[in-house]
Amino acid sequence: MPLQQTVFIIIFAVSVFSFLFSCYQRLQLVAIGAPENRFDNPWARLLGVFSYAFAQRRVLARPYGFNHFLLFWAFIVLLLANAEFLIEGLISDFSLAALLPVALGHGLKLLFDIVSVVALGCVLVAFVRRLFFSPEYLGTDYTRPASGEALLILAMIATLMIAFFLLNAAHIALGQEVSWRPISSALAVLLQGLRGETLQGLAQVAWWIHALVLLLFMNFLPRSKHMHILTAIPNCYFKSLEKPNTQPRETFEKGARYGVSSVEQYSWKDLFDSLTCTECGRCQDLCPAHSTSKPLNPRKIVHDIKINLLKNGLARKEGATGSLPLIGAAKEGTICEEAIWSCTTCGACTSVCPALIEQMPKIVKLRRHLVQEKAQFPEELLNLFENMEQRSNPWGIAPSERTKWSGQLGDRTFKPGETEYLFFVGCAGAFDNRNKHVTVALATIMDAAGVSWGMLGKEEQCCGDSVRRLGNEFVFERMAKANVSLLKEKKVTKIVTQCPHCFNTLKNDYKQYGLEIEVLHHSQLIDQLAKTGRLKLHQQSGQGKVIFHDSCYLGRHNDTYEAPRAVLQAATGRLPGEFGRNRENGFCCGAGGGRMWLEEQSGSRINLERVKEAMAQQPDTLCVSCPYCMTMMEDGLKDLGLGDKVRVKDIAEVTAEALR
Amino acid sequence: MLIISCIKQVPDTTQVKIDPVTNTLIRDGIPFIINPYDSHALEESLRLKDRYGMRTVALSMGPPNTVATLRKAYAIGVDEAILLTDRCFGGADTLATSKVLAAAIERLTQKEEVGIVFCGKQTIDGDTAQVGPGIASRLGFSQLTLVDRIESIDFLRKTIKVRRKLEGRHEIVEAPLPVMITVVRELNRPRYPVVAMRLEAEEKEIKVWDNSVLQLDVETVGLKGSPTWVSKIFSPERDQGEIIGDGISDPVGTASLLIDKLLSKDLLTV
Repeated sequence: MPLQQTVFIIIFAVSVFSFLFSCYQRLQLVAIGAPENRFDNPWARLLGVFSYAFAQRRVLARPYGFNHFLLFWAFIVLLLANAEFLIEGLISDFSLAALLPVALGHGLKLLFDIVSVVALGCVLVAFVRRLFFSPEYLGTDYTRPASGEALLILAMIATLMIAFFLLNAAHIALGQEVSWRPISSALAVLLQGLRGETLQGLAQVAWWIHALVLLLFMNFLPRSKHMHILTAIPNCYFKSLEKPNTQPRETFEKGARYGVSSVEQYSWKDLFDSLTCTECGRCQDLCPAHSTSKPLNPRKIVHDIKINLLKNGLARKEGATGSLPLIGAAKEGTICEEAIWSCTTCGACTSVCPALIEQMPKIVKLRRHLVQEKAQFPEELLNLFENMEQRSNPWGIAPSERTKWSGQLGDRTFKPGETEYLFFVGCAGAFDNRNKHVTVALATIMDAAGVSWGMLGKEEQCCGDSVRRLGNEFVFERMAKANVSLLKEKKVTKIVTQCPHCFNTLKNDYKQYGLEIEVLHHSQLIDQLAKTGRLKLHQQSGQGKVIFHDSCYLGRHNDTYEAPRAVLQAATGRLPGEFGRNRENGFCCGAGGGRMWLEEQSGSRINLERVKEAMAQQPDTLCVSCPYCMTMMEDGLKDLGLGDKVRVKDIAEVTAEALR
Repeated sequence: MLIISCIKQVPDTTQVKIDPVTNTLIRDGIPFIINPYDSHALEESLRLKDRYGMRTVALSMGPPNTVATLRKAYAIGVDEAILLTDRCFGGADTLATSKVLAAAIERLTQKEEVGIVFCGKQTIDGDTAQVGPGIASRLGFSQLTLVDRIESIDFLRKTIKVRRKLEGRHEIVEAPLPVMITVVRELNRPRYPVVAMRLEAEEKEIKVWDNSVLQLDVETVGLKGSPTWVSKIFSPERDQGEIIGDGISDPVGTASLLIDKLLSKDLLTV
């Protein structure tokens, strides 16, 4: 055996061992996480892998993603080329081409050559982007666009490609290979003048560079953000098949723990997520808290979990206290409380992440710990929690006032077996003076369309959305159980809500409590009524220029983007105008996740940011489909002195006006 | 040293309506809550427990369903909850109530030195503010009402220094222990129960003391021992308010108009 080959075999063996050991170490850390079943429904999971990993659906949502798409597929193809390369190094006289039909062998050579030049091009684009045109969101306080790590990995890939070409070109120039490699051949022409020995030497140097960089690259993966090359595909397989906003229930019994205060309390999937983050920064870019200078950055949450895991993981596994707290004064590996309370649970992070990391649920788990094990939360929430428990509404208004808005409607009690739809009015619809108009509008619309509907009246309770998102699962569980048993007792089969938060809670969260019935948001019902001709609308242009703001809980959390737009089209004769950021990229009003009941202590105000964005379109009417959005948009306009210029209306109000 | 907090379960008055015919409160279906001022009394006892390790007892007189409120006291950390309930205690006014509570505290002092009795400054259903002082008089304890801050406790001299919140001024006073303190909301922010303790509270024993334990003369407690009788309860007619200034176009000017108005009616202190 030639010396070279022996040396290579030794280096190869050490590298592979070291690579596997690093992977084992990382996976061992993941294994300390709490159990969570992400193995069910394999077909749906494989479909996810196809769509998100191989078709790169989320990656391609942004233009630059195309570069990554090409690089991803180049990697897949070159896996084969590199496998051939390594085997050739280990076994003398091995030739992949010899094993394959001639045509296929030629085809592969052609493919490898072209793909390599594409990969080199992609790396160059990435270099230029990181060095000269880097978007703001690539950097954050723990990394920057042109970080050593990012540039090193790009340099490694470029080196691999260049060495690959040099090696092949030298072989072609030596006449050792029948060329089916156009790029290498072109390069070989340049090498023609060199002597045979020099070409031999060049080939050897290129081979060794390629071999060593390849092994180095492999070993670098598990120790860097490029771990995602190994974990992103499985992460897509283990994605949440439920809406990530619907969090698992907790078990309330003696000795149980609630939420997460230490890294091993996260599920193994949460920990796997943390090792999968590619640091692309898209979540950070879209996060309303981060955009308005709050201390929350979803990508940092994931990074901090990773750092905490790497530092404390082994100690925690053995039951020792880690040296780094998970919650505390902000530093790398520790998440501060203000960040935890800044989240609006809008879901922008989870819906934009190309690797399907679930950032927001990790924050809610921290809240669950703070509320339920520490009773440690912003002052304003004490009142909210007490109001919810004592009076089942966030304002603490007497439950007897729940039906006050319906005075002129007569008795509209839901009659089991007779009434078709239960109109779940919701706390805002029943108690908030502005939103009572929306309630009346919806009642008018349903009457005009001849819908059979009724209400629970004073028996209606809060759905518990805010307490759940705020981490008060104990109180939520009580509310959910009471509501589900009431809805079952009344034999309710169809519900319509005017609030996306009630809608989402009744539809998704209550499934965990055994309630699986048809739940509609009013945009869906009105859309159906208009489309089936049950609702006669006189399209009116009195609204001026209309713009529609997506509610996160209707849009991102329930994929309902078109229904409210269709309603506005039916009522005004044309589709509403759009915000710069709309649909999946919509920007929260700032009130979700219980933030409605919290002061915005730092940074600028989220609702002002959104209202300013609206003003870029110069609307006359700003349409919403959610009571919280209504409050936030109206307040924002008032704060900017635009209260008289722009009206905020719910889609139901616009529809009701079109009835006349 | 024992710290006692007297708490009362009251109807959630934001939800109470008055029956116009009988002039009584309509309590049907109205949830009960812990009297809000009493929750501050309870909280202060727990803060002293956290700080000095004293034992805390929550004491309540009321019908048997008062156990719900006492469970909440357990959920936030009192060491012992005692319910004073007996048919003959029912219908009591402040005089008769303070008699029963004082008797219970007296009973506790036989076993353990009582340092402080905390009460809310008043209840939101009766609003008399008499029970706390009644207890103090009966037991011969020092009486510090309307306290919004505990300044210091001197365990050697057995004295306590507190700040009282009076109209337009504060007063710092010192008194010897044992002491009865009534508290205002500004004293503290009541804690929220953690789940583990809520679950534990469900299983904890609530001691029930009836008159066979307290051995009081039935003529002096409950309705029989209450000289107060209510002739009528009604909501007072309220004068129509007025709108001054224009807050939208001139917020600053309107605010000063409002301040002048409040000063002229002696509703604000400079």
